Amino acid sequence: MSTPHPTSLSRRGFLTGGALVVSFALAPKAFAQLAGGGEGGAGPAVVAPDLKGSLKSTPWLDAWIRIDADGRVTVFTGKVELGQGIRTALTQVAAEELDILPAAITLVTADTERTPDEGLTAGSHSMQDSGTAIQNAAANVRMLLAAEAARDWGVAADRVTTGGDGSLHAPDGRSLPYGEVAARLSLHVQAVPDAPLRRPSDYRTLGLELPRVDIPAKLTGGPAYLHDMRLPGMLHARVVRGPSVGTSLQSPDLDAVARMPGVVRIVRQGGFLAVVAERQWTAIQALRHLQRAAYARTQSPLPADGTGDAVAATLKALPARDIPIMDTSDPAGPAVRSVKARYTRPWISHGSIGPSCAIARYVDGAMTVWTHSQGTFDVRRVVAELLGLPPEKVHAIHAEGAGCYGQNGADDVAADAAVIAKAMPGHPIRLQWMREQEFGWEPLGPGMMTELEAALGADNRIVSWRHAVWSNPHNNRPVGAGGVLAGNEADPPFPAPEGKPIPMPEGDGSRNSNPLYSFANTHVVYHFLKNMPVRVSALRSLGAHLNVFSIESMLDELAAGAGIDPLAIRLDHMRDERARDVMQAAADRFGWSKRPKGDGRRGCGMAFARYKNLGAYCAVAMEVEVDRETGRTLVRRAVAAVDCGQPANPDGVRNQIEGGLVQSLSWTGREAVRFAADRRASFDWSSYPILRFDDVPGSVEVVVMDRPGAPFLGTAEAAQGPSAAALANAIADATGVRLRDMPLSPERLKAALGPV
Amino acid sequence: MTVTITVNGADHSLDIDPATPLLYVLRDDLELNGAKYGCGLGQCGACTVHIDGKPAFSCLTPIGAVAGRRIRTVEGLGSAEAPGLLQQAFEKEQAAQCGYCIAGMLMRAQALLDRNPDPDEVQIRAHMQTNLCRCGTHMRILRAIRRAVAMRKGVHSAQEVRP
Repeated sequence: MSTPHPTSLSRRGFLTGGALVVSFALAPKAFAQLAGGGEGGAGPAVVAPDLKGSLKSTPWLDAWIRIDADGRVTVFTGKVELGQGIRTALTQVAAEELDILPAAITLVTADTERTPDEGLTAGSHSMQDSGTAIQNAAANVRMLLAAEAARDWGVAADRVTTGGDGSLHAPDGRSLPYGEVAARLSLHVQAVPDAPLRRPSDYRTLGLELPRVDIPAKLTGGPAYLHDMRLPGMLHARVVRGPSVGTSLQSPDLDAVARMPGVVRIVRQGGFLAVVAERQWTAIQALRHLQRAAYARTQSPLPADGTGDAVAATLKALPARDIPIMDTSDPAGPAVRSVKARYTRPWISHGSIGPSCAIARYVDGAMTVWTHSQGTFDVRRVVAELLGLPPEKVHAIHAEGAGCYGQNGADDVAADAAVIAKAMPGHPIRLQWMREQEFGWEPLGPGMMTELEAALGADNRIVSWRHAVWSNPHNNRPVGAGGVLAGNEADPPFPAPEGKPIPMPEGDGSRNSNPLYSFANTHVVYHFLKNMPVRVSALRSLGAHLNVFSIESMLDELAAGAGIDPLAIRLDHMRDERARDVMQAAADRFGWSKRPKGDGRRGCGMAFARYKNLGAYCAVAMEVEVDRETGRTLVRRAVAAVDCGQPANPDGVRNQIEGGLVQSLSWTGREAVRFAADRRASFDWSSYPILRFDDVPGSVEVVVMDRPGAPFLGTAEAAQGPSAAALANAIADATGVRLRDMPLSPERLKAALGPV
Repeated sequence: MTVTITVNGADHSLDIDPATPLLYVLRDDLELNGAKYGCGLGQCGACTVHIDGKPAFSCLTPIGAVAGRRIRTVEGLGSAEAPGLLQQAFEKEQAAQCGYCIAGMLMRAQALLDRNPDPDEVQIRAHMQTNLCRCGTHMRILRAIRRAVAMRKGVHSAQEVRP
C-alpha cells in the first residue's frame, strides 16, 4: 500500500485525527478517487498499485497503445481536450517514449467503448494520470519491441536501439519497422513498473514547442466542436425551464407551440419539458413562447445579493461540520505583531463562451451521447440510471466544447438530450442551451470566506497562524441521475445527492488552506457547509482561489506592518527549494528588487502557491496603476514563473498560465453572480460582466522552469490563486488600501480610497 | 420566402423565414462552422462575420436583411491547408485555448486590418473590445494581430512583434 505523497505528508506533520486518516485507511480506494483531482465518483478500481498514473487501474498495454502491422500507432486516453492542449501534450509524451514521430500517432480521447476510464478530466490531473500512464505504457511497448527484435536478431536486448521514426536497429546495421515486430507480439499484457524511460538528454519530442494539433481547424472553421456535428436526420431541441435553478414555469402554453409549423414534438415527462423542431430557429422561437409563462420559486431562498458582508452572513448562517486540516505545535517566541482579517469570494459563474451542447441518438435500445462533459464515463452512468438502461447500452463519446473551467452545463445538457432522444427513437437530437440557461442553471463556483489570524515574533518569523475557511462542497459532479437537472425533474425525481467534501491532501473548500510555508503553531480548520443555497460545483482551482488569496494577502499584511519585503517574508518561511526557485525566478524576471515603490497610484505585488501543495509551483508578480478618481486598476505588466515538472510543451504551459492569470484577474477584479429574491439575476454578459480587451494587462510573461525528466505535476489551475493575491497585494502597495472582499472592483476601491 | 445571399463569393438561394438570424443559416443550411452561437444578444462576438466589409453580429442579423449583400465568414479568410495571413499569425502565436471565440476574434480583427493596415496597440484593443474570451487568450490574440500587421509590412522578425 502506498500513499501518493508520503514524504510531504509526514514532513509537514499533518494532524492525524482528521480527514487525512480516512484517506490513509482507505488508501487503495481513496487513491483511485484522486483520479481527476478527487472530483466525481469513485473512479475505476486500482488493480495494479505498483504501476504509475492510470496504469494502476488499467494496466493492459493494449488499452493504451496499439501498433498496426503497417506501423500506424493509436494511443488511447481517458482524458479529454478542453482547450488546455492535452491532446498535443499527450501525443508528445507517447511519441517520446515510443520514439516515433508525433505525426504517426492517432490519439483517441475519452470514449466509453474505446478508451480507459480515467475518471474526470479535472484537477490538473491529466498529465499525472494519463501522461504518466502513457509514458510508462509506451516505455513498456518500446521495451517489448526491442526484446522481440533482439530475439529475432540473436543480439542482447540492450544493444537494440530505436531510430525515432518507428524503426529498431541492431548494432550491425540491420533494422526492422515497429509494425512488423508488433505484428508478432501481443500487447495484451500488463505493464511492468520498471520499464526504462528515455533519458531527458535523448529527448526528441518531449519539451518541444510543437504547435497544437487542434488549432488549425479552430482558426479556419473546420469541424472542431461537438456543436459542429451534423448527423443525418438530426433534429434541433431546446429544453424549457424557468429563469434559474429552483424555479419552475407555471402553465406554459404548449397548445400554441404544438401548432407552430416545424415543431416536431413536445417532450414532457414529469417536470422535464423540451421542444423539438426541424430547424434550430423554430425550436428557439417555441422556447421563447413557452418562457412567457409565469414562474414560481420551488426551492429554498437564494443568498442575499451582494458581496463581502453579504457572503459572510449567508455562509455563517449555514450549519457547519468542522474538519481539522492542520494542527502543529512548536516552540516559538512571543507575538510582537498580529493581524486578523476576513476574506471573501462571491459566487462565480464558469461563463463558458459557448453554451453547453449535446447530441444524443437512441436506436434499437442503445443510446449514443456525444458530450463535452469532463466526465465521459460519468455521463454513461448518469444516463443509464436516468433512463433505466443497462450501462453497456449507453455509449458516451467526448467531443470538444467551449472551455468549461469546471462543471458548467455540460453534464446536464447531455442528460437532457438523452431524455429527448429516448422519447424519439431513431432521430439524432442536437440540444444547445441558450445563454441565459447556462447562466441560470449551471452550478456556480461556491461563495467562500476565510478568517485568518497570524502573528510575527521579534525576529520577524511567524509564531502563529490560524486559518478557518467556510465553504459549500465544490464537488457535486454527477455520478448518478440525481446529479443532473433532468434527474431532479424526473417522475419520480432522483434526489440530488448530499454534498461531501473532498478529503485532503487534495481538498475542495479546504484546497490549499494548509500553507506550504513553515509557520510555527499552525491551525487550519474547514467549516464544511453541506447545505447549498445555490447550485454549486467545481470551478477551476476550487477553494485554492480564496485560500491562496487569503494566505498570500495575510503575508503581505504582516510584511507591510513590519516593514519586511514581501519576497523576503516568503523566502524566510519556505524550505521547499522548488518553491523558492519559482519565487526567485518570477522576482528576477520582474525586476522585483528594482521595482517602483508604491506611490499612491502605482505599486507592485507578488504571490506564490504550489497548487494543492502537490501540483505545479507558481509565483506571480505584477505592477498595477490605480486611477484614484474611478478606482479602476490596470495591470501594467505581470510575470509568472511555473514549475510543472518536465513540461511536455512549454508553450502550452505558458498558454495555460497566461490564460489562468487573465481569467483570475477577471474573477478577482470584477465578478460576482447577482441574486434577485426568487432567481439568479445574472443571466447575460451585461448582468455578469467579465474582463474585456481594454482591461487586460499591458503584458504577461511566463517563465517555465526547466525540470528535465521530473514527474509531471499538471499546470492548468496553478495561476488562479497567486494571480488573485498578487493583484490585491499590488493594489495595497499602490494605494495603502487592503481589499479583502472580492471582487476588488473599481467601486470597492474607490469607496475605500475615499474622496480624491 | 426565397432569399438569396452571397457568402464568401458564392450565391445561395434559400426558402426560409426571413426573420431567421443569419447565424443559423450559416451554420445549419450552409454548414459553415466558423460563426458560433455564444449569446444571441450581440454581447460576445463569437458569431462575428463581415457584411459588406463591416463586422456584424450574425446572431442578431435577420437573413431577410442581408439579401444581396456580401457576407464573409472565417472560412473566407483561408483554410487549414491555405490559411490567410491573419490566420497564419494566430497559428504562429498559438492564439487559442478552447478556441470557441476565435473565429469571431479573427473576423473582428480582419475588419480592422482591412480598414487600417497599421493600427497601434490602443486602436487594436479598442477595436477588439466588443469580443469576449473566457480562457484569457487576450494577450496572444493581441500578439497575433500585431504579428499580422508586421507580416503585412514584410517584417518577419519575431522580436519585432513579441513583447
